[in-house]
Amino acid sequence: MASVRLAGVEKVYPNGHVAARGLDIEIADGEFMVLVGPSGCGKSTALRMIAGLETPTAGQVFIGEHDVTALPPQERDIAMVFQSYALYPHMTVRENLSFGLRMRGAARPAIAERVAGAARALGLDAVLERKPGQLSGGQRQRVALGRAMVRDPKVFLFDEPLSNLDAKLRVETRAELARLHRRLRATIVYVTHDQEEALTLGGRVAVMRDGNVEQVAPPMEVYRRPASLFVAGFVGSPAMNLLPGEVRADGVWAGPGGLVLPPPAAPGARAGTGRVTLGVRPHDVAIVAPGAGDTDARADVVEPRGSELLIYLRLGNDGAGGELRAVAPPEQQIAVDTAVGVRLDRERLHWFDEPTGRRLD
Amino acid sequence: MTPRSRWGTAALGLLVLATAFPFYWAIVSSFTPEARLFQRPSLLPTTLVLDHYRALFTERNFWVPIRNSLIVAGATTAICVSIGGLCAYALARLRFRGKAPLLGLILAVSVFPQISVVSPLYLLLRRLHLINTYPGLILPYLTFAMPLTVWLLVGFFRQLPAELEEAAMVDGASRLRALWEVILPLALPGLAATAILTFVYSWNEFLFALSFTLGPERQTVPVAIALFRGQYQVPWGQILAAAIVATAPVAVLVLAFQRRIVQGLTSGAVKG
Repeated sequence: MASVRLAGVEKVYPNGHVAARGLDIEIADGEFMVLVGPSGCGKSTALRMIAGLETPTAGQVFIGEHDVTALPPQERDIAMVFQSYALYPHMTVRENLSFGLRMRGAARPAIAERVAGAARALGLDAVLERKPGQLSGGQRQRVALGRAMVRDPKVFLFDEPLSNLDAKLRVETRAELARLHRRLRATIVYVTHDQEEALTLGGRVAVMRDGNVEQVAPPMEVYRRPASLFVAGFVGSPAMNLLPGEVRADGVWAGPGGLVLPPPAAPGARAGTGRVTLGVRPHDVAIVAPGAGDTDARADVVEPRGSELLIYLRLGNDGAGGELRAVAPPEQQIAVDTAVGVRLDRERLHWFDEPTGRRLD
Repeated sequence: MTPRSRWGTAALGLLVLATAFPFYWAIVSSFTPEARLFQRPSLLPTTLVLDHYRALFTERNFWVPIRNSLIVAGATTAICVSIGGLCAYALARLRFRGKAPLLGLILAVSVFPQISVVSPLYLLLRRLHLINTYPGLILPYLTFAMPLTVWLLVGFFRQLPAELEEAAMVDGASRLRALWEVILPLALPGLAATAILTFVYSWNEFLFALSFTLGPERQTVPVAIALFRGQYQVPWGQILAAAIVATAPVAVLVLAFQRRIVQGLTSGAVKG
């Protein structure tokens, strides 16, 4: 196992598209790092540069102590699981699993032993002589995993490995991956666009956008203290409410629908400094009697979600102040189109500077 | 059956008949004695003889043109598929400057009318002392066969998911090894189809073969057949027998590889 480091890595494609601008990411030995972001944010490119499938236009890639920037993939001693699995269709499962070991010239008995071990661990014993075309989606996924596992690579790279599975299988495999990481204590770099997957799997999460890293932190910190407006909106489901407003000359923050709050104590939010966006998660919005909260709103839509209710509110007495999402316990009685009060949890407010989008505090 | 499909079937039947009849007629005639060929022709053969075939391989020594054709078409195909295959792989997969113009150039070469290059090629081959030799036919054949091969194979290689060879390289294979172990087995149907097309083109080629050979010792099948006709007579029976003999290996080849060509090997490679 080994650490991975990207130092000032840039990737500009010949057509001018910038997929990575000055990426600095350090992944410790044995760490499970998730790169997450919307499509086109450069996460896959970053992974492919670690794999050696793309060459950075600037910067360096280190695996362990070695600068591997100029090395081809086969000399980096990494294993990768592709989104499409990329199983060799003309080979049996056994041949697929042993391919990497054969390419590296391992001895026959060692190969047989390792393949048997991986097949046992992944429940593929019964299908070793089949070809990928005869397998189910879940089995193919496990063969792809197994192909990476049979070797003892320095780093495992995962490129959206769960996105082709159905929802149930995805959740199961997610837990399997977490177990696998614990057992192998492997360095894993994992790319996904699914923020929930990122939070549940990652030892740390790097949130990316437009070829930049917005925040690298453990999942709970990304969730509790998003470093930017983008991270705040991207991470968490249902998504965080982002309410535009400004710090007025009289020193209070005024938002939509008559919402007035004391501003954050950060230097960027002094009286009269201008626009500041408030972020508050739906779970931190309580629904109370009209007049009893920070402001009033009208309940617009109530969605029962089993363990909780998701309520779409319209801020202000007349409901003209913009949307606010709140989560309430399922017992709470909330009638659609009635006036309610909303109270925001003062301990859990997030303030962001506009237009930079950086967190204030 | 709707009227439309009835007409369709009828049209299809006519088409099949029109396509198949010449073959049938050639086969029947090749077994008909020379004397009967120009008497009242009948659709069903009355007497069948092997005279023409016997004459073909005794008097005419038809083995020589067959051997020549096999050598020339075989070598052309082998060179095209191996070198053209590597070239097509590079064009399909690698990123390099001037790829599009290069592909255009290859296409441009293949659209030259053959007759326009016969004289320059003749002069060139004479200078190289290659007239009436096997290389003297194989090299000119590459001019039309190579662009064909490259274009066909670029298409086949592009269809294969790039992730497969990326996976192979991550697994420790060099690019050439990945090509050999992963891409070639998957491209086999495409390679077979391309090889057969190249072989058939080279086997049937007439103009170059006529221009760059001097005597029967290097003449290919089409040239030999064309030169059957004497000053005063045309030995139709033998010509048709030779045509059947020339068509047979190609037909067998296509039938043998038909499944390979049609069969898709890539199922299950990626999702779906």
